[in-house]
Amino acid sequence: MTVLLFYLALFIGAFVLVKVIRGGMTSQKDFTSLKTVTFGDESAVRPDRAASIISVVVIFVIWGAFTGSKLIPIHVPAPFTGETQFTYTVEAEDGQRDDATIFVRVAPFGEKAEKFEVEPGEGLASNDAVAMTASRSATILFDKNDELKRKSGARVVAINGQEISADGSVDTGDGSVSLSGKGAILFTPSLGMQMNPIWLPAPEKVVERFFEIADEGYQNFTLWEHLGWSLIRVVVGFVLGSIVGIPLGYAMGLSGWFRGWFDPIVEFMRPVPPLALIPLVIIWFGIWETGKIFLLFLAALWIMTIAARAGVSGVNISKIHAAYSLGASKAQIMRHVIVPNSLPEIFTGARVAMGVCWGTVVAAELVAAQKGAGMMIIAASKFQLTDIVIMGIVLIGIIGYGIDILMRKAENWLVPWKGRS
Amino acid sequence: MSGLDINGLSMRFDLPNGSSVQALKDVSISLKPGELMSVLGPSGCGKTTLLNIVAGFLAPTEGKIELNGHLVTGPDAERGMVFQKGALFEWMSVRENVDFGPRMKGMPKAERDKIADHLLEVVGLQDFKEKAVYELSGGMQQRVALARCLANEPDIILMDEPLGALDALTREKMQGLVLKLWKETGKTIILITHSVEEALLLGERLLVMAPRPGRIHKEYRLPFAERGVNADLRDVKKSEGFAETRDEILSMIWEMEEEIMGRTEEVA
Repeated sequence: MTVLLFYLALFIGAFVLVKVIRGGMTSQKDFTSLKTVTFGDESAVRPDRAASIISVVVIFVIWGAFTGSKLIPIHVPAPFTGETQFTYTVEAEDGQRDDATIFVRVAPFGEKAEKFEVEPGEGLASNDAVAMTASRSATILFDKNDELKRKSGARVVAINGQEISADGSVDTGDGSVSLSGKGAILFTPSLGMQMNPIWLPAPEKVVERFFEIADEGYQNFTLWEHLGWSLIRVVVGFVLGSIVGIPLGYAMGLSGWFRGWFDPIVEFMRPVPPLALIPLVIIWFGIWETGKIFLLFLAALWIMTIAARAGVSGVNISKIHAAYSLGASKAQIMRHVIVPNSLPEIFTGARVAMGVCWGTVVAAELVAAQKGAGMMIIAASKFQLTDIVIMGIVLIGIIGYGIDILMRKAENWLVPWKGRS
Repeated sequence: MSGLDINGLSMRFDLPNGSSVQALKDVSISLKPGELMSVLGPSGCGKTTLLNIVAGFLAPTEGKIELNGHLVTGPDAERGMVFQKGALFEWMSVRENVDFGPRMKGMPKAERDKIADHLLEVVGLQDFKEKAVYELSGGMQQRVALARCLANEPDIILMDEPLGALDALTREKMQGLVLKLWKETGKTIILITHSVEEALLLGERLLVMAPRPGRIHKEYRLPFAERGVNADLRDVKKSEGFAETRDEILSMIWEMEEEIMGRTEEVA
């Protein structure tokens, strides 16, 4: 909730700030700047690059601020760590009172709290020492070394001189003190607003972990083997799916028998998410490569079949008639008209198929694998190595985005006439 | 016998609901080699169906078509086709579009290049040989389509509203080009149009068709195409007889349209 409010504030703040800074500057001189109607004119809305850059920066600032990153100068309050102390006043049944001090050491996240000793001091109550880790709380059995025992009716009445009741709590500045049901003292160091690294590590920890794993590998394989294997599975599955799917799609687009035969199969299989097939594929093929590649083959197959079929159906009949009238044979029309005409559709299908395959391979590796991007993050999650999990997610995102960019580049290069007939 | 012979052609489309549409009824035309015939008529009179049958894309329910003495049974390179739009191959350059026909026949490259170079010069596109067709304007694309058709040396050229998608100015220029190509190549041409003026300018013979069922309503033999070969088309439009014939055909088609749509006076 706090994060969301922060984000909203930064969004509005950046918008206002950029507006103010730009106010003095003249905007770009192009045709769009002369348009008076821009609200509702989709073509007049172009992504503001400043907003994109700030958006990415904001994500890292919030990430850093809430995880105590060293890269970010401003942080939300951190949980209390270090040394603190407070006094407690204990009262015996006969009204005798004495004060003693409890020394507290709070170790940072991830470090072990080491026990230590303090001078007991004088009087009926003795000083105590307690060690704990940030964001945990500790129960202090104060009377273990005291003369006034809880068993004999002694109870804590005040903390740092402030009265405390059985269900109340006292703020010591570094944490809060309350009493347990049996009268023991419960100290909770202030939590602050930062995330425990187990939930979300700081960005630099993730980067550090990336270099460490790039260097040393993880779970018997190097980082590049993990990512490479995922990619190889995707490529092999996609290529096999295309090799079968594209000719099948052509056949369905050109022959009534093929279309009638395969229509029910394709239409049934198309809406089945590949993820739903994982259990069956594991039962059939086990957890090794065959199963994964078969799964990706299926994921790509239907998409490519439908794309190729649509490519054939989409050919303007004038083009076919023109080719016949120019004396082309059926084979020549296939080679020179139908295939090139269907390429734009096939490329659109290929982009979708690659995206689906990438998602499917990660999911399949989450379920069962010895290596792969998905296996890496699921294995790390079992050891609560959140930094590896986040690193894996970021890498999976980057690779997926990279695949799409490559596919688009290939498309522009191979089918420049797309959408221009 | 040489030339095109259309004999007793009828075409009936059976609809899925059991009824049928008589698209053409008993159409007979005879065209001598080198004749230029334009076909005019209100929408639904079967002109495109007629052209598709001549091209061999459709088989008639009755009658037959003979070209140079042999029966037409399917599409063939002897009958070239120019479409209104969308029939060029976007994945090929202008040159590859033009030499498509010869290339499919297996003609060697040197010969093909000579044909393409020559035809692209004839249609005024010699500077656009290596351009992609989608980079050209609509008028230029139709010139590529004409050159592509001519490259194949067909006996007869069938044009299905070839200038229908062009703006008025480009259209006028292209009409001149069609006349020029007709005269220079001596091809037999059938041209379908729904512009009366175009039909008059580009028709040595003009066929007015009537709808329901599609049939020949009236045939003209006109001097304007011959005049237009060597003169400005605007002068041809002002020449003797043009305005009168145009008005006569316009009111003829107007009446047919009224029969279909209902009289406008009744609505008013």
